[in-house]
Formats: sequence, structure tokens, C-alpha cells
Amino acid sequence: MAELAAVVGIGQTRYMTKRGDVSIAGLVREAAVNALRDADLGWDDVEAVIIGKAPDMFEGVVMPEAYLCDALGCNGKPMLRVHTAGSVGGSTALVAASHVQSGTFKRVLTVTFEKQSESNAMWALSTPQPFAVHLNAGAGGYFAPIIREYMRRSQAPYDVGMKVAVKDRLHGARNPLSHLQKPDITLREVEESFMLWDPIRFLEACPSSDGACAMVIASADLVAQSPKPPAWIRGVAMRTEPTMYAGREEVNPQAGRDCAADVYRQAAISDPRRDLDCAEVYVPFSWYEPMWLENLGFAGEGEGWKLTVAGATSLDEGGDIPWNPSGGVLCSNPIGASGMIRFAEAARQVRGDAGAHQVEGARLALGHAYGGGAQFFAMWVVGADKP
Amino acid sequence: MAGLSTQIAIVAYHQSDCVAHAGAANEVELIMPQLRAVFDQVGLANAQDVDFVCSGSCDYLQGAAFAFVAGVDALGAVPPIRESHVEMDAAWALYEAVLKIRMGHARSALVYGFGKSSTGELPTVLSQQLDPYYLAPLWVDTVSLAAMQARLLLDRQLITERDMAAVVSRSRKNAMANPHAQLSGEISVDELLEAESLVAPLRKSDCSPVADGAAAVIICTVEQARQWRVPYALISGIDHRIETHNLGMRDLTDSVSTRQSACSAGYRDGPLDVAELYAPFSHQEIILSRALSLDAGTCINPSGGVLAGNLMMASGLARIGEVFNRVVTGEARRGLAHATSGPCLQHNLVAVLESA
Amino acid sequence: MSQETDLITDIEAPVYLSYNFTAGRAPTRFLTQVKKGVLTGQRCPDCANVYIPPRGSCPACGVATQEEVVLPDKATVQSFTIVSIPIPNNPIQPPFVIANLVLDGANIAFIHLLSECENEQVHIGQRVQAVWKPEQEWDYALDNIRYFKPINETDVPVAMIGRVPVAGWEG
Repeated sequence: MAELAAVVGIGQTRYMTKRGDVSIAGLVREAAVNALRDADLGWDDVEAVIIGKAPDMFEGVVMPEAYLCDALGCNGKPMLRVHTAGSVGGSTALVAASHVQSGTFKRVLTVTFEKQSESNAMWALSTPQPFAVHLNAGAGGYFAPIIREYMRRSQAPYDVGMKVAVKDRLHGARNPLSHLQKPDITLREVEESFMLWDPIRFLEACPSSDGACAMVIASADLVAQSPKPPAWIRGVAMRTEPTMYAGREEVNPQAGRDCAADVYRQAAISDPRRDLDCAEVYVPFSWYEPMWLENLGFAGEGEGWKLTVAGATSLDEGGDIPWNPSGGVLCSNPIGASGMIRFAEAARQVRGDAGAHQVEGARLALGHAYGGGAQFFAMWVVGADKP
Repeated sequence: MAGLSTQIAIVAYHQSDCVAHAGAANEVELIMPQLRAVFDQVGLANAQDVDFVCSGSCDYLQGAAFAFVAGVDALGAVPPIRESHVEMDAAWALYEAVLKIRMGHARSALVYGFGKSSTGELPTVLSQQLDPYYLAPLWVDTVSLAAMQARLLLDRQLITERDMAAVVSRSRKNAMANPHAQLSGEISVDELLEAESLVAPLRKSDCSPVADGAAAVIICTVEQARQWRVPYALISGIDHRIETHNLGMRDLTDSVSTRQSACSAGYRDGPLDVAELYAPFSHQEIILSRALSLDAGTCINPSGGVLAGNLMMASGLARIGEVFNRVVTGEARRGLAHATSGPCLQHNLVAVLESA
Repeated sequence: MSQETDLITDIEAPVYLSYNFTAGRAPTRFLTQVKKGVLTGQRCPDCANVYIPPRGSCPACGVATQEEVVLPDKATVQSFTIVSIPIPNNPIQPPFVIANLVLDGANIAFIHLLSECENEQVHIGQRVQAVWKPEQEWDYALDNIRYFKPINETDVPVAMIGRVPVAGWEG
């Protein structure tokens, strides 16, 4: 019933701690221009712009779409700004796709970004909340106890997380855009890094990056106007559950499972490990790879870590289901963009356009994002074949 | 019926009373009664009974990042639901929901907006909405910007201060019939003009009173509305446009994007009995009605508009709801609802509603 | 080029915004009791689960919660982590333990500090009790409880965590 839509252009900026050479407008424009160039299109070919980013306090600009209108050629066009916490990069892509899938527009530009260096994201994430005990726990303090519970249930060996940390950084070393470039990283180096929130060590956590990611999404009849192969959108899904409620399953959230089931059904996927060629999954802390392998149906309950240990998710080890060939969130994390980077990197794979981190012959890929207390999920499946 | 031709209806609307301070009420407590009211209007239990939920709010109004996440606790989101959020007035959340229905991924949607502006000083908070390098460090608040716009209109003799006061007087009078209004009553233009200016040429009465609160709407396909056996208003057109952020580069005495949105939404396809315009300042109502060339046949802001009470992040949705109310009661056959965002009417949305 | 030294590449533009926060009705009731040293949860009329700190609604059912339940200050460790990052304005020294604790009679955990313990001995299912600040320091805040410390009671099996009644855990 939905109109067909495809990604016809992708643009990203180099991710780094501080982009001191551009303003916020300059940063988003860079990604947008890269996407238009990739699609061989101009600003007049864009009918609407959909932007997304995480909390405004990360840069200190309230409702930045007002300010960014001009940088994105949006004067006289519709502009929407999505905000769904950490999953925002993904949900923005989904909202952008809905502009075309609803038949309302033929071609839209979507951009997500974060210029965390301009404010203090860590502060914004852990400002003392009124009337709450201030533990400065931050994201890691929230996720570490959940990881411990996964370790207890699965009895996974203690170094599984560290293996993910090494694997994703080695992937990132193939990606010139990646913030962290660590081609010589070793398991020992990760193990000896500072323990932040046990069991999360410094090198098992994501960096804080400035960056932007943009895509041009078009209807089927306009796809041929762009020279590169399109990434057809085969499935789109979002799910939300409350942050806390009595009996909530935090290790393997229901919202993630339901979201995956929905997107797989749309894309006619019955066995994700077999049917998908690769996945770009939001893993900000290393242990979330084995946990999400289970949540997303790539492995049975308690078995996710086995895939990691066996090298199934590693490009370098010739795994059958590479996860995060771009390096993932563990290599680059401009929070508002990270979700869209996953979606965009999945699209690059099926377009055969992922350069040195290309999964050979990839034709079907999953993009995944999550946010909040692992309660907001956004996913899409993209493919080389027109549905 | 799919895509752009999908017929979408509004079936329920409710808003909280406009109050300057909601006092001890957190997001959940502000939102829940409005959700309960719209669910009851249709006969639904909770968010499980709609296919999609979308909300609008702005963290900076409350002063806490992720304030909107708390709103999810009001929905009954177990089992997990399809839900999204825009950091904008909920009128734009309604737009996102319309797209979702058009693409066939939902037959119904709950849309709500909320804000608790009383915790901070809104005009100052919104000064940080401006270009962070050139304008925000000047701390130009929204009232001052609007005052500059009013000054332009006066200097070009496009309006007089009496015209502005007339808008206020009519709004307050209309608001007497609005049970949710914050400010209402009989007050003459002369009485209004006696007051000193707040930020010249604006008087306090020219500025909408900011309110804490929430508003909610349920939309669905026409088939779904018929299945639910509830009266509905059709959304016959909806569009939005944004203009340049540079105040010096647009004509602040006109609202080009409002006109563009309205034309695209087909507002001229028939007579308009009513128009609810989101004009946070009295002179802006005149700008908007002239931009749309509204004539005497269209009753403007029968609710009193936001000059009677401005629910930040929900007022745009409330304008749509006010037109919906009048259409389903038969008071109007066709109406226009407008929402705005950004300094001096930078970003505008127009929805056209018709009786079934 | 000498012009390069004249280029401005960034500016510091501090933002000062003052907010006057109010707690919601349900948190206000809760905090008023906490000021007196009493811990209260709220029970959902639909699913009967008890929430502390209460926010006025049951997030699962989406209904308002009214019924107040007085709870003891004993709890069970549901999960925890050892933190190496200090807390501003808090004397506790890293590495310290923060844990998700479920009070007896409650069905949901809240996060707080553990102390007077060996970090390596902390485990899931462990029984702990609140150590309060001196009464004259009590305010409208859950940090009237300085931290929780282990007590000599048998561990709660994982399946029972979040289901221990108000009367406590007999072991």
C-alpha cells in the first residue's frame, strides 16, 4: 500500500571530536551537499527537508530547524524536526521515508547531526534532575547494570565485550570517515583501559563526536535520475515502551523484538542471520552486540555471545553476518546522527558503495537505532532489488 | 484508497484549561486527562487502541533534556506501541501522523502536545532559538522581535494601534464562550489603549498569555471513523512551509509561507466559515488574515485564539481542534486552522477542515 | 599570512537560563513523606504493581495511580555496577557501587548508592537497608537516604526479586 521509495544519495562528514572549522550550519550543509552530489542532484530537486537531532541542550540551540532552514535550502519548503532521543537518527530516516511512501512528496532530503563540541553533551545527559538523587550515572551508569545481568544470565566469558570493541575499531580503520582510527588495537589494550562503570571499560564505550549524515530519498519513478544504484526501502518500523515499569524486561526489550519482527515481516525475512547480508546496529557499549544479536533474532536467547566469539560478525575474520562494517557507534558517535549513520551505512552496503568496508555481494541489509532507556527503537531493511 | 487520496478525519479533540501556572503537575499529570478525554470521546481504552502516537513538545521550555520521554508514561505503552515525537508544536506531530496514515501503516493516530513554560522565562528561552553565532548572544527575546515587526507595520501605515487593540478586544469577547480560556471578557479598544506599553509598541494585552497545559487529537481514516460511529471532520488539505531565518531578508509585514501552505492545502476551493489563526501577538493576526485575503464571511478566532490563552507546543494543534469542534457541531461547514513556529511567523502550517 | 591571526574561529556565548521546577502532584506527596523519613509507593489500580518513586501513573497501563502504600527501607539488589567517575558535591569516593534496588513491597527498582560494603562482594539478590542522614538534614529528596548498606539476611533468589512483600524476606 505504501509507495516505493529508495535512497538515491548519501552524504556524511568526517567524524571527529571537534569540527572547529565549520559552524553548525556548515556541518549540516556539508553532509547535505555530499548527499546531493552523490545523487547528482541540486537543491531545487529537493521538495522537503526533514532534520533530526538529539536534545537541543547538546548544542544550546533551541529548535534548530529555524536557524538551519537557510543552510539546507529550505526557504519556501516544508521542514520537520524529529526528536526521539538516541534513536532519532533512525526515526528521522523513517519519517523522511514516509514523506515519499505516503505519496505526498517525490524526493526529500533528510539530515541528522550533532555538534557536541559546542556545548557539553555529557553535562546535558547528566544534569541533576530536580527532585531526583544525583548520581551522575550517565548513560553508562544506566546500561552497566543491565549488561551485568546479561552476563549473569548467559554465563558469557568475560572478554566478549572486549572482542566487540576490537572488532568494531578494526572495521572503523577501513572507514576514512570514522572518528576513532585504531588499526593496531589489541584485546590487551582494551582490557587495560580504565574501567568506567564495571564491566564497561573506556575502550568499550563510544566516543563523543561532531558530525552529520544526510540522505536523499526518492520515489521509484525518480530513482533513474541518479547515477548510482538505489537502496530500496524494503521495511520500516518503530516501537516504543516506557522507560520503567514493573516487570520490564530490560536485557531483551520487548519493543526491540517487536520492532524487528515487524520490519522482517515487511521485508519477507524469516531467518535474519541467513537472509541478511550484514547489519548496522546501534552498539554504543560493546556488550550490546551479543545482547542485540539475541534481541534481533540472529541468535537464540543466551547465545548471542557465541556468534561474536566465533567471528561471525567480523569482516576481517570472514564472518557470515558482519555487524557494523563501518565501525559502528563504537567508532563514531554524533548522538543525533548515529542512528541515521547506521541506516545510511546499510544503504551503502546494498548499493555496493561502502569502499574498503564493503561486504562483498551485499544485497539486503538491516539498519537499527535505539534510544532512551533502550525504549525507542527504529529499524529499516534496505535492498539492492526493487520490491 | 491510498497515498495522497486517503481521506483522513479528525474524530476527537480536547485541551486543558489555559492557566499561567499548572503548579504541582508533571508532564504525565498534564497529559493524562486530555488523553483520557479523547479516548472517551471515541470509546477507546488507551494508546493500544490506535495504530500510531505522535507528540510535540520542547525540552527547553521545561528545562530538562528528554522531558518528552516522561509523556510516554501516560500512554499505556505495554505492549510496545508505534510512537514518534517532534520537537515542535503538535500541529507538526499531526502532520507526521497524516503521512503515516497515507502510507497505509496506520488507520488511526493519537496526537498530543504539551508544555510547562511556567518553569522558565519563555521569551528569554526562545531567544536561544536564534542563530547561535550572531543573534542568540544578543538575547533578543520573542516579545522584542514581535515588537519590531509591529513597529514595521505601524511605520508603513499598514495598521494602527487601534487595529491591534481591536483584535485583542474581539478575541477577549469571543473567549467568553470558550471554557478553556485564560483571559476573556468585555474590554473596549479605548480601555486597552489606556495601558502603558510593555515593549513598545506592544502592550501587555497585545501579547498572548502563555499557558501550561496539553491538548490531544485523534485522527483516522474515514472508514475507521465510520466503524467507530463517531462524528468527524475531514482534513481536506494540510501543508506547511518555512521561510528564511534572516529577519532582514523577509517581509515581516506579510506571511508568505502561510499563503503558500494555504494554497497548497486548497483553502480557496470553497468558502471558509471559520479560521483559527495562531497569532501570539495581536498584529500578527492582521498579517495572517491579510496574507490569506480572508473576508468578512470568515469568522476569525471564534475561540478567542491564543490571545485568550497560549498552550505552548499545543496551541497549533488546539487551533485545528477548535475548527474541528465547530465543524462537527455544524456551526461551520468548512474552516482553516493555522499553526506557527519560530520568530515572527517564520514557519507556518495550514490545515483545511470540512464537514463530512 | 598575517590575516590568519585576525580570523575569529569561535566565540564563547554562555547561556544562563533560570528554571523554577515544581514536582508533580504524586511526586509532591511522595517527597512530603520522604521529608518525614517515610517511604511511600503508589499502587496501580489495574495491575496492582507498586511504584516508587511514584510519578502519578502506571506506565504499563496508562492509568493514574492514587493508592499510597507505606514501604520499609529494606531492599534487594536487582542489578548494580561499580563506578569510577566521581559525583560532584558528593563525598563518596570512586570506585563505588550504584545499584538498582527494589524495596520490600515495591515492584520496581530505583537507583541509589551502596556503601559500607566490599565492592567485590556486592551481588544480585543481596539484602540491603537504608542509612539515613541525620534527621535535621532531611529535605524533600530521596537523598535523605545517604546510601544503602548490606544486612545480614539470606539472598533473594532472582525469580523473587521485585516480588518481596512489604513484610520482608524471611529467606
